[in-house]
Order: sequence, then C-alpha cells, then structure tokens
Amino acid sequence: MRGIPVTGHLGSPRIRRAVAAAVTLAAAASLAACGSSGPSTTSSSKGLTMWALNDQTILKQSVDAYNKDHPDAKITLRLFANDDYKQKLRVAFGANQAPDLFFSWGGGALNDYVKAGKVDVLNATDVNSDRYTDSVMQSATFDGKVYGVPVNGLAPVVLYYNKKVLSDAGVQPPKTYDDLLAAVKKLKGKGVTPLSLAANSKWPTLMYLEYLLDRTGGSRVFANIASGDAAAWKDPSVTKANQKLQDLAKAGAFGDNASSVSYDQGASTALLYTGKAAMEVMGTWEYANIAKAAPDFLKKGELGYTAFPALTGGAGSPANIVGNPSNFLSLNKSSKHKSDALTYLKDYILNGSQVDAYLAAGSVPPVKGLDSKLAAVSSASDKAWLTFVYDLVDKAPSFQLSWDQALPSDQADPLLTNTDKSFLRQISPADFGVNMSKAGS
Amino acid sequence: MVAPALLLFGLFGLVPLVGVAALSVARWDGLGSISWAGLTNWTSVLTDSATWQSLWLTVKVMVVSWLVQTPIALALGLFQAPRGRLRALFAVLFFLPLLLSAVAIGLTWQALLDPSFGIGSTPGLHWLAKPLLGSPELALYTVIFVIAWQFVPFHALLYQAGIRQIPTALYEAAALDGAGPVTRFLHITLPQLKYTLVTSSTLMLVGSLTYFDLIFVLSGGTGGPGTATRVLPLSMYITGFQAHDMGRASAVATLLVVFGLGLSLLTTRLSGFTRMDSQQEGM
Repeated sequence: MRGIPVTGHLGSPRIRRAVAAAVTLAAAASLAACGSSGPSTTSSSKGLTMWALNDQTILKQSVDAYNKDHPDAKITLRLFANDDYKQKLRVAFGANQAPDLFFSWGGGALNDYVKAGKVDVLNATDVNSDRYTDSVMQSATFDGKVYGVPVNGLAPVVLYYNKKVLSDAGVQPPKTYDDLLAAVKKLKGKGVTPLSLAANSKWPTLMYLEYLLDRTGGSRVFANIASGDAAAWKDPSVTKANQKLQDLAKAGAFGDNASSVSYDQGASTALLYTGKAAMEVMGTWEYANIAKAAPDFLKKGELGYTAFPALTGGAGSPANIVGNPSNFLSLNKSSKHKSDALTYLKDYILNGSQVDAYLAAGSVPPVKGLDSKLAAVSSASDKAWLTFVYDLVDKAPSFQLSWDQALPSDQADPLLTNTDKSFLRQISPADFGVNMSKAGS
Repeated sequence: MVAPALLLFGLFGLVPLVGVAALSVARWDGLGSISWAGLTNWTSVLTDSATWQSLWLTVKVMVVSWLVQTPIALALGLFQAPRGRLRALFAVLFFLPLLLSAVAIGLTWQALLDPSFGIGSTPGLHWLAKPLLGSPELALYTVIFVIAWQFVPFHALLYQAGIRQIPTALYEAAALDGAGPVTRFLHITLPQLKYTLVTSSTLMLVGSLTYFDLIFVLSGGTGGPGTATRVLPLSMYITGFQAHDMGRASAVATLLVVFGLGLSLLTTRLSGFTRMDSQQEGM
C-alpha cells in the first residue's frame, strides 16, 4: 500500500505519516468494534460526505472552495491515514455507511466496488472528463465506462540519482540495463550502495519487476494478466524479468541491507540524499519528500532524475512508464446527493486554482494542455522537474498502473510476497510466474 | 455482580466468536452478499502449506519467547522483590517498556535496528549494522527479542509480587537449618512460586499465540522478509483485511481459538492449577 503524491510543502512528512499510522492502527481495533465510524448516507441532512487520505491537503482546498460557494449543501470531508483507509472504506461499503464521494487508486480495487454495484457511472459531460490525460483515465475506466475523476498529480516511477556520487565514481546516469549493471560494479568499488531500495515494504521492489517486465515483454504481457488471464503469468518474459531482478541483486545492486529498510521510516530516501546510495527507483512523490527532508540537496542541484533504463533487445518501448497515474474520486451509487456531488466533481476538481496549487507543490496534475502553465513556473529546478514528468507521461505509449493496485485485491498479497521471495532469491525466476498463476486462478 | 461482566464478555467475546465460526463456512469479500461455502475454506486452509508454516512460526515464537522471558523475568523479579530505594528505582526503569504501546515500540525498534541510520551507525557498534529485521534467518529471532523487551517487565512484576507473598518465616526457618541462598531459592522460592509460574506461563503462551501488533509493525505489515515472520494471526489479518477473503480468514481465526483454548486448558491441567491446592498448608 502506498501513499500517492505527498505533495510539496503541504505534504505530510514521514514522521507524521508514521505517527498517524501508529495512532490509527491503535485506534482501529476500538473503531472496528463500534462499527459506526462512518457517517451514514441515509442521514437526513442536506450535506454530502467525502472520504480521502489525510495527506491530500490540496484536495482539501477544493472542498473548502466548494463549501464557501454552497453554504446550504456543504461537503463534510473526513481524512484518513493511508494504511487503514482501504479497510475502513471496505467495511463502510459492506455496512451501507459509505460516503457519497470516496478516494481511491483506481484499478482492480476500484473495480471490486464497481463489480459489486457500489459505484455510479460518470458521464463525460457531467464531470467534464475530456480534459484529463487519456492514459490516466484508463485506470478508472471499466467496460468503457468512467467511474472516477483524477484528483491529484501524476505519479510515474522514475530513476533518481545523486549527481555527486555518480560523478565521483565516474559513472553516467544509466540509459540501459547493461549501463546499470556496469554502474553497479563501479559504485560498489567505491563503497556506496548502488541502488537504494526499501525492500522491507515490498512494494518498492515490485516497481523493478513492473519495469523489467514491461521492458522485456512489452505492456501487453501485464495487460493480459490484468484482464483476468492468470495463465499469462507463465509468459517467458515474466521469468526473464525475475531473472533480471535477481541478477541485479546478485551483482550487489541493492547492498546488503535493503531487506531491512522500510519506506515509511524514510531511510531509503535518506540513503540517496546523504550519498550513502547512488540511485533510487521511486514514484514522483519522492521529489516532494526530498524537498522536505533535504532542501539544500535540491537547491544545490544535486538531485538527478531520468526514465527507468531501457533494455537492449527487449520488446517493450523504453518510453513506457509504470506507477500510479493518479488518485481518483468516485461517486457512491446509493448517494442521495448526486447532483451536488457532480457539481463538485465538475467545477472544483483540478480546476484552474487546483492545477496551480499542484504545480506549485512540484506535482503535475493529469490535465491536457499544461504547456503554457509549465512555462510560467518561476523556480528553475521545479520547472525542469515538472517538465520532465509532464513530457515523460505525455510521450509514454503506455502508463501501467502499479500491479498491486491494478489486480483484484485478493492477489495483491501473493504478488508482494512472491516479489519479495524472488528478490531474496528464495524462489527461482520461473517459480514466480508459476506461483502467481496459481494465486490468480 | 457477574451480570455486567457476563454481558460484556458475551457481547464482545462470545457473539463474535459464533459469527466467526459461521463465517468460516461462508464466502464473503466484505462487500457483496454472504453465501454458503461449505467446507471449502477449511479444506483450502488445512491443505495450504502456508498455513502450517505460519503455525510452525507461531509455535516457535511461543516456545522461544517462554524460554527467553521466563528466566529473565524470574531473575528481575528476584532482584526487585526486597525493599530498597535503588531496587525501586531500577524497578521503575524496567517497567517503562510496558507503558508504551506495541506500535510505538515497533516503530522505535524498526528505527533503532535500521542498518544505515540506527544503532549500528554508532562508532563501536558497527557489528550491529546487520539487516536484523531483513534477513529471513534472523528476522523471527529479532522479533522475539523485541517482544521479550516489551513483556519481560510485566512478568517480572508478577514474580516480584509472588515473591513478596512468600512468608518470611519460611526463609528464617531454612536459615536456622543452615540452608544457603541457592538451597533457599530451589526449595522455598521456586515451589512457592508455582502458581505464579503457571499464570505467567499461560499468559505468555496464549499471548504469543495471538500476538500480532508488534510483528505487524516490525515487518512493515507484511510478515516479511518473504514470509519469515508471518505468524498465524498476521496471516489471518492479511487474508481477511487485505485479500478480503473473510471466510478463509475466519477459518484461520477458528483454528487459532481452538489452539488457544486447548493450550490454556493443557497448561492449567498439567500444572494442577485448577485444583487450587494451598501452598501453605500447615502454616
């Protein structure tokens, strides 16, 4: 489970996330026992309810703006910590106490709700969804119908590097997988960890597998898997991708300690900006995390970033990307305030001032035709970053949603566990596909 | 007088228990309707090697925890029992871990054990800069160590209270007979602590069987690395609340209840705790 763009100065620092997770975890038991933690949609009040994550501070501003304009039908926003939000939403829907509007990652988890008949279809004209980037809308489109609108920034996964560490070792930012292996060798010789990886959290390791499979076999392989064809896990390119991941691990790319580094503690980020590690593969939210934790590092221009390396001879386009296209807001089918909700979704989500707020926080919202706005960004380093992300997504033939979000939720755990086992080389590269096809069927 | 307690226990203990038993023969993803599943959850849980691996890990946590915690708790209890200002001060210090929530302890130890930025980065302690929580071989023992750190104070407190209850006359009589400290410990303190030992052991064993929160936090919510720390309660949580397979999770839960009940019955039966014999007959 990952948080999506924890954005800019308004984003939540890792400590707060950890504490929030701790507090909510502790409270979870008591709340679960009461079973009435959510406001009821059957209440007679005129207002709407909406649930989102507590790091979505810019989204919150859109609610404030709506409430100012509609004092008679206000939105009551409830914010939750990342880790237990999914469970809480699930329980609320199961008990028919779900909010009118709810926040999600799109993909398989949202599709669970769609299949259970809990989510309303959003017509393009009702929510003005034509203005959003097409590849992003895929994550909330099922059977050709749209079930959510994007609410925050694009979060593709990219390769970050510490410029100073690379140049000290005489290494260029790797453009291909072979470059990467060569860089690993040189960096190891210098005594730095080549790639910082929070393998304790498991999902950061999955990012490698997602990219390696896309580069090896192209985007169609996982597209087949996501469409429900469990046998597609046995595609030879799945084995090859695992082989490549294990080769990296064997070459010492992740150092000796990766398996005890947890992402939420911020250690993998810190390894990069303290120069103990040279590179890190992570979502675009990492830029904001670094800006928060090590502003000087960013100001001195020592942070480099580039697309995930290409694979010579691979079937996938090197321009393909993986990650989280965006988060989405969806409408509860049993909501009694649908027209109010649609007004909010149409006029207040990613409108002009929301887009500006996201750009100012170093995050690119999935809205078409942003070029002029990007050109107007004043900070040079922010502008370079925002343009990089925008172009990366704009030119990508495919934007694959993270596998753990794209698949139905009952497969997320086998996926993460097998990814970790493959990384630890407890299973062979071929076992991964076999295990996953078993879990998926 | 028992009515309120009975009501609470019934409402929050028995009713959910019946619900879980019922769900274990049903199919439910937490969203849609609940449908009859027969014994499919049970056969799939019982034939899955992952269940048995989790159970094995649980038993390992249980047994090793008992072996580690009991001697330390007993020793600390012995130390704290006699009155004295210094001892009282130490007792307060030893007691501190018990005041912290498991989640706080988990996050703290996770940060302390971080090989790059934790205690391993202190000069002189570099030998600790190992992936203690990340190695499939060491992770479980690291978790057992942290659990012991949290619970030893509680059991030490039990032993301290137990020791203070032993009549001093027994020791005086033994001293007159020329018994040394070791003899007195073996022939007076230990036998007199029998029921404290049983209580503490039952709490420890049954507690470890259902222990969840600290392991959840220390392993990043995944029971990793791989499945090296995925004990049965964690496996139940992941099945139920991440994979949303409530039926299967309920089967695992029922399994846990049966094991827990069996275990506590066994310890009390074997130790003769239920007979409630007096330890001070003739005193």
